[in-house]
Amino acid sequence: MKLNVWLNGKKMQDEIEPGMMLLDYVRQKGCYSVKCGCETSNCGLCTVWLDGKPVLSCTIPAARVEGRHVTTLEGLQEEAAEFGGFLADEGGEQCGFCSPGFIMNVLAMVRELNDPTEEEILEYLSGNLCRCSGYMSQLRAIKAFLAYKKGERAV
Amino acid sequence: MTYVNQPVRKKDAMALVTGQPVFMDDIAPKECLIVKLLRSPYAHAWIRSIKTDIAMKVPGIECILTYKDVPQNRFTLAGQTYPEPSPYDRLILDPHLRFVGDPVAIVAGQTEEAVDRAMKVIKVEYDVLEPILDLRKAKDNEILIHPEENWIANCPVGADNQRNLCASGDQIEGDIEAVLADCDVVVEETYHTKANQQAMMETFRTYTYLDTYQRLNVISSTQITFHVRRILSNALGIPKSQIRVVKPRIGGGFGAKQTAVSEVYPAIVTMKTKKPAKIIFSRYESQIASSPRHEMEITVRIGANKDGKIRAIDLYTLSNTGAYGEHGPTTVGLSGHKSIPLYGKTEAFRFHYDVVYTNMMSAGAYRGYGATQGIFALESAVNELADKLNMDPVYLREINMVQQGQRMPAYYNELLQSSALDRCMARVKKMMNWDEKFPCRDMGNGKVRGVGVAMAMQGSGISNVDVGSVTIKVNDDGFYAMTIGAADMGTGCDTTLAQIAADCLSCDLDNIVVYGSDTDVSPYDSGSYASSTAYITGGAVIKACDSLKKRILKEGSRLLELPEEELDFDGAYVVSLHNPDKKITLKDLANESLHTTNNALQVTESNYSKTSPPPFMVGMAEVEVDTETGAIELIDYAAAVDCGTPLNPNLARVQAEGGLAQGIGMALYEDVIYNQKGQNLTNSFMQYKIPCRQDIGKVRVELESSYEPTGPFGAKSIGEVVINTPSPAIAHAVYNAVKVRVRELPITPEKLLKEMGKFA
Repeated sequence: MKLNVWLNGKKMQDEIEPGMMLLDYVRQKGCYSVKCGCETSNCGLCTVWLDGKPVLSCTIPAARVEGRHVTTLEGLQEEAAEFGGFLADEGGEQCGFCSPGFIMNVLAMVRELNDPTEEEILEYLSGNLCRCSGYMSQLRAIKAFLAYKKGERAV
Repeated sequence: MTYVNQPVRKKDAMALVTGQPVFMDDIAPKECLIVKLLRSPYAHAWIRSIKTDIAMKVPGIECILTYKDVPQNRFTLAGQTYPEPSPYDRLILDPHLRFVGDPVAIVAGQTEEAVDRAMKVIKVEYDVLEPILDLRKAKDNEILIHPEENWIANCPVGADNQRNLCASGDQIEGDIEAVLADCDVVVEETYHTKANQQAMMETFRTYTYLDTYQRLNVISSTQITFHVRRILSNALGIPKSQIRVVKPRIGGGFGAKQTAVSEVYPAIVTMKTKKPAKIIFSRYESQIASSPRHEMEITVRIGANKDGKIRAIDLYTLSNTGAYGEHGPTTVGLSGHKSIPLYGKTEAFRFHYDVVYTNMMSAGAYRGYGATQGIFALESAVNELADKLNMDPVYLREINMVQQGQRMPAYYNELLQSSALDRCMARVKKMMNWDEKFPCRDMGNGKVRGVGVAMAMQGSGISNVDVGSVTIKVNDDGFYAMTIGAADMGTGCDTTLAQIAADCLSCDLDNIVVYGSDTDVSPYDSGSYASSTAYITGGAVIKACDSLKKRILKEGSRLLELPEEELDFDGAYVVSLHNPDKKITLKDLANESLHTTNNALQVTESNYSKTSPPPFMVGMAEVEVDTETGAIELIDYAAAVDCGTPLNPNLARVQAEGGLAQGIGMALYEDVIYNQKGQNLTNSFMQYKIPCRQDIGKVRVELESSYEPTGPFGAKSIGEVVINTPSPAIAHAVYNAVKVRVRELPITPEKLLKEMGKFA
């Protein structure tokens, strides 16, 4: 079947198998930041944005995104590097396999929530598993990033 | 020190956080054959017949292999230095199936759909046998897991396949029975730790191809490139010279990838078809057929005087290696060797063990490697002893803990040259406000808060076994290329080793390019496991830099026409000690060294160690238990770790926090559960619950450094010791809250309620 989709701002037209998942589609299109960590929608590694909202690409058929906008970390390189620098300064990326999905969700959170509390941060990101870091360094990075953004807004 | 002990960013950090394609499946060629495994539905069976003719007709199928198609030499998948202590008990495919998930056939095809379709039409008839699913019933059972005649134990580890024994041993120091009989108080209890999955986010995966010279190239997510080369040579029956193993970035390992879980399958497909092939384990496969922590049942007898002096420790470990013996004979050793030495005043100890085969998935190496299990048992027993003595468990440890300068009879009689264990205890006691909070506080709303404590140790590499090597060369314009055989799996060793080199060579960190690990290019390294990289390979970096500086001075002597003894190298210049005007820049020297010279500016140095200096840790947990529901909430976890000099305090801290989170998972949530047929019920992240960020409460880590004289810049290891305290500390905190001893992990609300008499 035919699929028309906007991927990272570029219009795509592809012939796909009807059962193909969005995760497999975006990787086939070279968006290798999107990873698969489970088959049960538990880990958050495959997080992409669909019309600007974070979704798990492992459980969305590619056919369902017809005509819509899909964003992966490949389309958010500047923002990824900006927040990623804070994560790197804590050593919180570690193996880095979960980082793209986690960062997609962090960037979505920053757009969606104004000045989130620690509790809100933990809740928003609870679906992003990480086995290396123990999460504390990620929390430190997010808090430092939010403070930096707040400072930017105040100027 | 400009870089060592500084929190510099990892060299690969920005590539990782911007999602660059650096992992195995990001770089595998698109034309790879897809390899999958048809797996046994039975815990114990023989294949009576297997028919693949219909499956071979599925369009796109290239190759289907059964036990009839593979070499008949047994081997081990354990990544260990030759001669491997783990028995040679595996075939690539075996008609004797030993657990639910044991491979029955290897299927390779052009698409995943074709492979899936073919797997469904392979016809297999099984003779189903009775399985052994209880580690207590395995030894001398009439059912034999490995009756085969070509089963081999390479090392004298007390193995006997006719008794289902993968290993056994008994070590006694002093008259243990007499001392125990003479003690005022003796605690004797049995503790049970379950299998746990490393659950690294990137599952097992490998791709293989034949290169220009028809050599087998293996690109794998592994911690052990050089051991994988040997394992593949053994398994495929081809010379090592025909194999190259390379690791890309690795999405976590934690020991899981110290076993060659996935490599042999695409390798044999590529050898048979001459085509590139890849296997990506699903999470399901990574849960049911991988290399989890050894389940252990540990019986402790510990005796003390009324004044609290601990005089004798007897520890018996029964370890479950599962269907195959990977890491079976070695993990068990740490359950005694890295728990008993925590107590420095014992007059006698005994450590004895049996490691048994069962019809569960093979166990393997998981962070802590047996020490975690032994420390849960011994530290829990010490907490019970404190209770019997009516003594503060912190005080009991303070008066018994091993001290710097002591010999450790239960730790290969090594001399303890560095320890801040006492300072760790004092620090965490303060962090937790122990004196105020011990043992518990009733919160007045049906909830009680309790606190608990535990100590831990580990090693730094395997003494007299592990080797780390480093090659450094000076390139044009004077930048350095450092090639290592150690495997950065997210830990940051590419960066920490470069930090050491930058300080040794007095240069900018960016002036050192790091590459590893590639068996064709890297100098030999036993691999990144056993907490060895910082200490062993770090030592090799220092040696290599010293040798390289000598070469640079020699080249400077040639170019400046001055004797070497009169020259100094300050990182930027080779300069005369007598006349500062006589000098040459490293850049000019490097460029000059590329012609008309006999002095290659490249060195390789290896490093092994006769000792394995232990890092130490103290952890304290505060939990809140709901007395109505048994729900346990971890409120606070405070810990201090002595890893010697932290090479990179950020990365050391994150190692500690990450290890604690895994330890918290082990203590409260994680459990590999089988049903009565030996089917694994915890086969996804739905059932096997690793902690999410809302589950771990507040984790606080402080680095309390000693200085290890034999380590690089005073460093010891950090990677494994950090997982060892949560289980005993949390169990202790729960006991102090509701007076229920949980001696079998994980500590669940159900277990508490049952003991509190709330179930009918």
